[in-house]
Amino acid sequence: MPVPPPSAAPQPSAVPPSVAPRTLKDRVLRVTRRLGLTGRGGVILGPYAWLVLFFFIPFLIVLKISVAEPAVGIPPFTKLIEWVDGGLDVHIRFSGFQALFDDDLYVLAYLNSLKIAFVSTLCCLFIGYPMAYAIATAPEKRRGPLLMLIILPFWTSFLIRVYAWMSILKDEGLLNNLLLSLGIIHEPLKILYTDLAVYIGITYSYLPFMILPLYATLEKMDHTLLEAAADLGAKPWKAFLTITLPLSLPGIVAGSLLVFIPAVGEFVIPSLLGGSDTLMIGRELWNLFFNSRDWPSASAVAIALLAFLVGPIMIFQHFQGRDQDKGAAR
Amino acid sequence: MKKSRLPMVLLGVGLAFLYLPIVLLVVYSFNDNRSLTVWTGASLRWYHELIQDGQMLEAAWLSLRIAFATACGAVVLGTLAGLMLARFGAFRGRALFAGMISAPLVMPEVIMGLALLLLFVSAEQLIGWPAGRGVLTIVLAHITFTMSFVAVVIQSRLVSMDVSLEEAAMDLGARPAKVFFVITLPIIAPAIVSGWLLAFTLSLDDLVITSFVSGPGSTTLPMIVFSSIRLGLKPEINALATIVVAVVATGIGLAGFLEARRARIREREESQAGRV
Amino acid sequence: MSDAPDPRPRPAATGPIGKSPAAKSPAVKFEPWHDPAAKPYIRIEKVTKRFGDFTAVDNVSLSIYRGEFFSLLGGSGSGKTTLLRMLAGFEQPTEGRIFIDGVDMAGIPPYDRPVNMMFQSYALFPHMTVENNVAFGLRQDGVPKDEIRTRVAEMLELVKLTPFAKRKPHQLSGGQRQRVALARSLVKKPKLLLLDEPLGALDKRLREQTQFELVNIQEKLGVTFVVVTHDQEEAMTMSTRIAVMDHGAIAQVGTPTEIYEYPNSRFTAEFIGSVNMFEGNIVESEPDHSLIRSAEAGCDLYVTHTAHLAAGSHCWVAIRPEKVSITKEKPAEADGGRNVTRGVVREIAYLGDISIYQIDLASGKRVRATAPNVTRRTELPITWDDEVWLSWRPFAGVVLTD
Repeated sequence: MPVPPPSAAPQPSAVPPSVAPRTLKDRVLRVTRRLGLTGRGGVILGPYAWLVLFFFIPFLIVLKISVAEPAVGIPPFTKLIEWVDGGLDVHIRFSGFQALFDDDLYVLAYLNSLKIAFVSTLCCLFIGYPMAYAIATAPEKRRGPLLMLIILPFWTSFLIRVYAWMSILKDEGLLNNLLLSLGIIHEPLKILYTDLAVYIGITYSYLPFMILPLYATLEKMDHTLLEAAADLGAKPWKAFLTITLPLSLPGIVAGSLLVFIPAVGEFVIPSLLGGSDTLMIGRELWNLFFNSRDWPSASAVAIALLAFLVGPIMIFQHFQGRDQDKGAAR
Repeated sequence: MKKSRLPMVLLGVGLAFLYLPIVLLVVYSFNDNRSLTVWTGASLRWYHELIQDGQMLEAAWLSLRIAFATACGAVVLGTLAGLMLARFGAFRGRALFAGMISAPLVMPEVIMGLALLLLFVSAEQLIGWPAGRGVLTIVLAHITFTMSFVAVVIQSRLVSMDVSLEEAAMDLGARPAKVFFVITLPIIAPAIVSGWLLAFTLSLDDLVITSFVSGPGSTTLPMIVFSSIRLGLKPEINALATIVVAVVATGIGLAGFLEARRARIREREESQAGRV
Repeated sequence: MSDAPDPRPRPAATGPIGKSPAAKSPAVKFEPWHDPAAKPYIRIEKVTKRFGDFTAVDNVSLSIYRGEFFSLLGGSGSGKTTLLRMLAGFEQPTEGRIFIDGVDMAGIPPYDRPVNMMFQSYALFPHMTVENNVAFGLRQDGVPKDEIRTRVAEMLELVKLTPFAKRKPHQLSGGQRQRVALARSLVKKPKLLLLDEPLGALDKRLREQTQFELVNIQEKLGVTFVVVTHDQEEAMTMSTRIAVMDHGAIAQVGTPTEIYEYPNSRFTAEFIGSVNMFEGNIVESEPDHSLIRSAEAGCDLYVTHTAHLAAGSHCWVAIRPEKVSITKEKPAEADGGRNVTRGVVREIAYLGDISIYQIDLASGKRVRATAPNVTRRTELPITWDDEVWLSWRPFAGVVLTD
């Protein structure tokens, strides 16, 4: 835009661009605008291209390799399509997927993962809900610091927090020592390297993910609603069940999915806290990949796991999208 | 209405559950004994062993460099992504974009790690880049999953920001890019800082994705920690944990102090608002 | 009807403050909209704006003249803010065109328009001082530093904020923030200033004082103002003309007096102030008067203007409460039972300066009448359940068809 003349003019000094002589810059801008090449388009291109390249395409490759044949070499799988003697040679096999059903191991691992994730999610919900509720109803000045206390452990290493439980739960660990010295038990409980330890580990590690969305919905809730309910004669428990709980449902769903989905594919916790018989699919995938070097089967396991999780992920995105749509509605 | 004390009690119990393991780690890092469960006396023995562990220090330095690069990249991409979601209305392909940006928040890491590795391997076969796996592939993978977290932070900040601030700037003659740099960016700066720190922490802490996409010579700190504790307890890890906790606590404490001071000054200024 | 010239001198109470002819030029009344030779400064031509299925602004045409203080008045969802945002360039019309000083604004982004806006939230940049907020617009145009300094100083002087130049917005009171917003939007000397509920965030006392300031500043700078407001009193006090909006369309455009005294529809009559609406049928419609028979009113209504309607047509007669007089005796001037009816007092609300009476007529119709309390309350002659006569002058009524 041209620089307007000094302010001596008594009337408006801003010159409308269509009257002012067009500068080269204006012309360039107009042409690019017409081609749809606005700055906005450029901004969209960056993150979009990144995600397509590093998030979307990789899944297509996983899908492709899940139907390849394992081979000894680098990389350890065959090409799907090859030019052999001038002809197109296609190798697609579904044996990777077939094996998932033939071998009990994988079916059991899937089921067990779902079970462990589900139970841990419930534990997180039952522990997290009162905590979120207490923070949301605390005096406003104290909410920030309390929330900080919930988030703080998240900033320390995840691996180290899991490790902490190893020293608590092991046979001669702190928990057993405490129980023994109190005379509650007479010989150490075997907790570390069992499913129970995995439940504890997942609940502990994912608890903040449950509390934060719960807090967000509870905090937004109009507290006069409860006063109105009480005024109309509802007992506190009744008011909680009929008002607070239904209104916090979005938070419950969001928090539960935030715990459940990653927990299904969890690898670190079952490998550190679980026993050798704790079957979880993330662990099996890891073993297939790193120990057996069977990339196609690992890919098949990943695709099957993804198929389980597509539904929950879509629900999660629906809830996530609610916030985003506030932006889109403009 | 009488308020029930039950939630507060449960909150206390929950916080104890969250903090007890960390406190125990810290306490036992000063234990003289290897057993970790029997207190035999205070000592800095494990710290001493930790700083003499060259492999561990090297890995820590590598992890810090990777986390720094990741956080910088993720902040740029995540901020743009947050801006797109909060401000660009309905652009073409928005649904796919929203899906791709929020999926990594919940996607199991084993799947992300495998997918990214296969991408790098295929790309190398196809175009010869990236040659082998190492720091570069780790950073690319980390940016991909951390940018989602940054985008969420930035987007929620933008949604709560008064849009008319940006409109006012535009109305006063600033072009969109200028509006972004002169108005939007300074106002959301705190969110960008938290986004950066979040990406830094996530990158520093990541084990699974890193294990998939790392190569020989790019062993990060979590990989070393994992392989050593997988075989059993190692007291040096307690010392390491204590250092991490100390750094985080100092950082958060400092941030909290500065924020409280800022809030106090602001409150005082607001109470005097309007007076000459 | 909307263009009917105002036959009587403008009553001081409803006329815009300070907008006396003297402020413009000693001899000429400021009424460019009556001058066929005057060129509109802003022309809105058949503008429609749709958001999906929702039509926010529906085929609006308006002409606004240089130096006007023009108000868009309407309830929420009436489309007034959308119209304002189209003038600013934040929204593009779905159909129709907007001209400012003869230039078609289609496709011109907000940052290239000779228009500035004062936002309802004020939208002061929280990270900049008052001074830098005001200077922002000038910086965007590359105005030399020295000039920026003097123009900002002038502007702060005008809004009496010079001692606060170095403050941040959060260190100001609500009224001061409002003035910073005003200064910031005026400093570029825009051809047109748009104000979105400029007084909405102020408390009542401050609002009245600021109304006067706003009008004074507008006259001093000669900038054309277009104001969006939902507050009819505010619009009446400040505007040269008002456009009443309803469901995206313009219901009526006119001076405050025209809008109040000569509403063109039941909507406008009821939206502005309160009104008694009598349903009836035309008996006579002559060039100089109309006669309406109304069972609801319980008498014939004689109005001193033509209804442009055939005899027998259905219509309404609107009469403002302050034009209805209440007496215990039958009024002497009542001729032939026209414009006079009887009722029983049901409610009296004492507001101090005036009292509002609710009177039930024989038809069951409830009529509202106001009377100034020229006597002390204890001496009030009319009380609950009194049977009273209601009467009004022939020029008091307005015939409405929809």
